[in-house]
Amino acid sequence: MEITILIFLFGGLFLGWSLGANDAANVFGTAVGTRMVSFTSAAIICSVFVILGAIISGAGTTETLGKLGAINALPGAFAACVAAGISVYLMTKVGLPVSTTQAIVGAIVGWNLYTGSSTNLQVLITILGTWILCPIIAGVIAMGLFTFTKRVILNRKLHILRLDAYTRTALLLAGAFGAYSLGANNIANVMGVFVPISPFTDVTIGNLFVFSSKEQLFLLGGLAIAVGVFTYSKRVMFTVGNDLLKMTPVAAFIVVISHSIVLFLFASQGISAFLQSINLPSIPLVPVSSSQAVVGGVIGIGLLKGGKEVQWSIAGRISLGWMTLPIIAALISLIVLFILENIFNLTVSF
Amino acid sequence: MFGLKSASLFGDTKKLEREIDEFVDIVSEVGLVFKSIVPTYLNHSANGKFEEMVEKVKDMESKADKITKDVEHTLYEETLIPDARSDVLRLLEHIDELIGMYQGNCYHFSIQKPNFPKEFHQDLIELTETVVNCVESLCLTVRSFFRDIKSVRDNAHKVTFYEKESDIKFSSLARRIFDSELPLDQKMHLRYFVEKIDRICDQAEDIADEVQIYAIKRSV
Repeated sequence: MEITILIFLFGGLFLGWSLGANDAANVFGTAVGTRMVSFTSAAIICSVFVILGAIISGAGTTETLGKLGAINALPGAFAACVAAGISVYLMTKVGLPVSTTQAIVGAIVGWNLYTGSSTNLQVLITILGTWILCPIIAGVIAMGLFTFTKRVILNRKLHILRLDAYTRTALLLAGAFGAYSLGANNIANVMGVFVPISPFTDVTIGNLFVFSSKEQLFLLGGLAIAVGVFTYSKRVMFTVGNDLLKMTPVAAFIVVISHSIVLFLFASQGISAFLQSINLPSIPLVPVSSSQAVVGGVIGIGLLKGGKEVQWSIAGRISLGWMTLPIIAALISLIVLFILENIFNLTVSF
Repeated sequence: MFGLKSASLFGDTKKLEREIDEFVDIVSEVGLVFKSIVPTYLNHSANGKFEEMVEKVKDMESKADKITKDVEHTLYEETLIPDARSDVLRLLEHIDELIGMYQGNCYHFSIQKPNFPKEFHQDLIELTETVVNCVESLCLTVRSFFRDIKSVRDNAHKVTFYEKESDIKFSSLARRIFDSELPLDQKMHLRYFVEKIDRICDQAEDIADEVQIYAIKRSV
């Protein structure tokens, strides 16, 4: 493999690191923020399941992202990833929980604009639509689950310590499911643009198992996410866990599971195919934002409690961040593409 | 692994549940012993049975102390109930103080041997019974805090009820003591004992108020 290819792949790995630092923090943020799960436990589980989700179920959303704009040159893919990574990093510095999803979509649109390729408007509208739907669905699921769980807990008359033990276990399981869903749903953000131009070849292991080039890419992306989780997600976890709404451990669990369900819904090819088979509108397989799902879940619970405890100013700032991030990513993408093409004389599209 | 230590987590949880239950049992038992200590003292102060009962209270107090420490250690070492840990520990400490107040009363009876004339015996016994009922209601409040949060308010209300009853009985007895023909030093001495018994109720009511706040914080 050429060294330049590796360098270009680093763009994706940088974005993977951002995803690990930000989005993965959403999965365990509430659990770690409420001190129910230690950071180390969260980081280990998160990393393992993100990688598994990426390899096993990461294909669905990748296709959708590919339809938005098929970046056909490695330097172009590199530019999109770097632009997305930088924009996520900038937003993180401002303290806003954003997602790589919004950034990569903005960056791909930036590439389309720069290269004069057409943006598939239908796909773009579907993606933007899910960004509005995602927090709403997460909020509704959180409200339903919270009401149900609260009733069960009150009726079962569980000892405070027993409830604590159950909640802890539930948080870990929900976190593992969340990490798996995140890997499945969001690996497309990190490695999706490299899939059409993958530098890897399929590897057959003992005539039994084919480790495809796509899966190798996803494994690499998953590892980059894991590095992001271990190196930078701690602070973000505490922000997610404590700032928007002071939560009880049970509420934290509800947020994690709602977030995980939403991400899973938008990544599961199985559910999508099943809905189609019974003539129901299928769920679009779109990389959604884990931040939006978490914030939607937190606000859902806040609303159930009367809405007074929700820090609406923070929620407003977060929403503003969601709107500006794709634009910033698109602008940075244009700048990086310009630099690559005109200073480094690289071909950014064919 | 993962700080969960599944088997150990549930094992510790069960052990702690038992210890906390045992702790509340002790409070209740100390109250029952105290309820019989006062009439025993009044009727046969020289009898060895009274001292035997004082020793029993002392033993139970030591046991409660040990449980408080054990629970404290386990809660911190295993980082259990992070959101309610400090509340639970404060609660146990304050209840432990309540047991200490029972014990203190017993010691004061044993050391100072107050001379209650027969005419005050019944009132003192009734005051003691009200105080013990108040603490019994507190025990129910505490148990409901741990298991059945919805009942905290109802049980705490009973604590307040008995506290008011105790205040009425204390005032009435104190008034009767000072209206009597006893010498002033004896009046002061008896008032000191009556007041000390009544204070147990005040402490119980403070704890019940505390538990109600913790329950609001704990509401899912």
